[in-house]
Amino acid sequence: MEAATPSMPRAQPDSRPRVARLGRRALDLALKGYAGLALLYLLVPIVVIIAFSFNDTESRYNFVWDGFTLDYWKDPFGFQGLGEAMQHSLVIAGLSTIAATVLGTMMALALVRYQFRGRSPVNFFIFLPLASPEVVLGASLLSLFLSVGVALGFTTVLIAHIMFNVSFVVVTVRSRLIGFDRNLEEAAQDLGASGLQTFRLVTLPLIAPGVLAGALLAFALSIDDFVITFFNNGSYSTFPLFVFTQAQRQIPPNINVVATMIFLVTLAAMAATVLQQRRAERMAEMRPDDL
Amino acid sequence: MAALRARKGLLPWALLAPGLVFLGVFFLVPLYYMAEVSLKEGSLEEGYRLTWAFDNYTNAISDFSEQFIRSFVYGGTATAAALLIAYPLAYAIAFQGGRWRNALLLAVIAPFFTTYLIRTLSWQTILDDASPTVDFMRTVGLIADDGRLLQTSGSVIAGITYNFLPFMILPLYASLERIDKRMLEAGYDLYASRREVFRRVTLPLSMPGVVAGSLLTFIPSVGDFINAEFLGTSNQTMIGNVIQSRYLVVTDYPTAAALSFILMLIILVLVLIWARVAGTEALMGAEAK
Repeated sequence: MEAATPSMPRAQPDSRPRVARLGRRALDLALKGYAGLALLYLLVPIVVIIAFSFNDTESRYNFVWDGFTLDYWKDPFGFQGLGEAMQHSLVIAGLSTIAATVLGTMMALALVRYQFRGRSPVNFFIFLPLASPEVVLGASLLSLFLSVGVALGFTTVLIAHIMFNVSFVVVTVRSRLIGFDRNLEEAAQDLGASGLQTFRLVTLPLIAPGVLAGALLAFALSIDDFVITFFNNGSYSTFPLFVFTQAQRQIPPNINVVATMIFLVTLAAMAATVLQQRRAERMAEMRPDDL
Repeated sequence: MAALRARKGLLPWALLAPGLVFLGVFFLVPLYYMAEVSLKEGSLEEGYRLTWAFDNYTNAISDFSEQFIRSFVYGGTATAAALLIAYPLAYAIAFQGGRWRNALLLAVIAPFFTTYLIRTLSWQTILDDASPTVDFMRTVGLIADDGRLLQTSGSVIAGITYNFLPFMILPLYASLERIDKRMLEAGYDLYASRREVFRRVTLPLSMPGVVAGSLLTFIPSVGDFINAEFLGTSNQTMIGNVIQSRYLVVTDYPTAAALSFILMLIILVLVLIWARVAGTEALMGAEAK
């Protein structure tokens, strides 16, 4: 072949690919630089929050750096009302997470595993709360409680938190359930497992990572919620509401200490799930011959 | 056999029922009560009577059109800004993150593990007149010597952009990460330039993320009132601030309810138009197929 076409011009050592490669590298670098700046923008406020938890502040508003102290870390809840608000937040977040995760997981299972008439309207209905601004959700719930005459407090806050969390759990769990292999359940039943046994021994372990992700999201949303709670709390204060009230009077560095603590705990929980996820993925990729 | 099939047909509904009932009672029914309140007249002292007062709606629009327009302008600007910040970032993490992808993603969403209000207060610290940021910008000449960052439209929009950024980043990252790299290689093999591959392969494939991200960012941005409250003045009041104060301070429930409905309606119409233009698939979980 080569001998037959001796006059075939050999590929010129073209300079274009090299220019293109250089351009590509410059573009990559620019992209990385831009991403780095964006990351900086995201992280600076967090650094400020953490730094100002060590501020030996002299003013009522913790805005100006006055020197380093560990006082506020030694006694995080030493500010009137802060401990109680934090405790309320944890109780509401815990209970609403459990309730929303149970309700949401059941709905997600129904939506992913069954073809049935009315699935799209149900999907749309679940999507609606996500498409409504928080003020509207808060205000409409308040309208209900005022019209029916329910006293605002613990119960109304809990109901509100479960309500806005359910759709988020459904969406999260649903996206993780796609690709769920139903053959595994059928195999279990062929081997004589009862419906309940199949659920406990096969279904639950398989959907657990998705459910956990949904629950974590619900907890994070609940502990952070201000707007909807603000409409329905009566005199029941949660941590974000405490911060709002304090913002008009005095912002003690204790608030930054507690915010930093919430940050670290959530970060640790997320990191743990990411690691767990990766391990699960590696396990899932294993083939019987690997063992 | 038929009985078994009937039971199977009921199973999804049995799983759905508790959640649907809960959402019905605490999401739909409240909307009904809000509709009723929005058509009432009266005051907290005298009590409210249902008079089908539709002028609550026309009055709400004429009295607060400024805040409505401002909310949509701020929300739209913040959404566009979030897209500009988030897309390259999500792209860089998805395609160049390598083994650091998960760690980087965690760093990106980490800020949102701190309380929303405190994040906003942190921006107050950063943009304050006495802050090093303002000092620096005055020295460099980026802003006038008596110029300020806090309590401007800019600070409110920046705050909104920041606070809702994860809603943009996460769907974008999810859709970019899912792209089969072989598709891009196929593009290069067919002598497409980098720009062409981006425009004709990557961008279209990431559209579901763009659609979902911009919606998830736009909706809370338009309804927000915290950023205007902490980072703005009465000149930056948004519709969320009006609804909040009408309900909780002025106790003018009918106006507040009418405003909420108008806000919800406009958002829903915009969402449906957006969904029609971009395709509903990305929106309501057609991925469940």
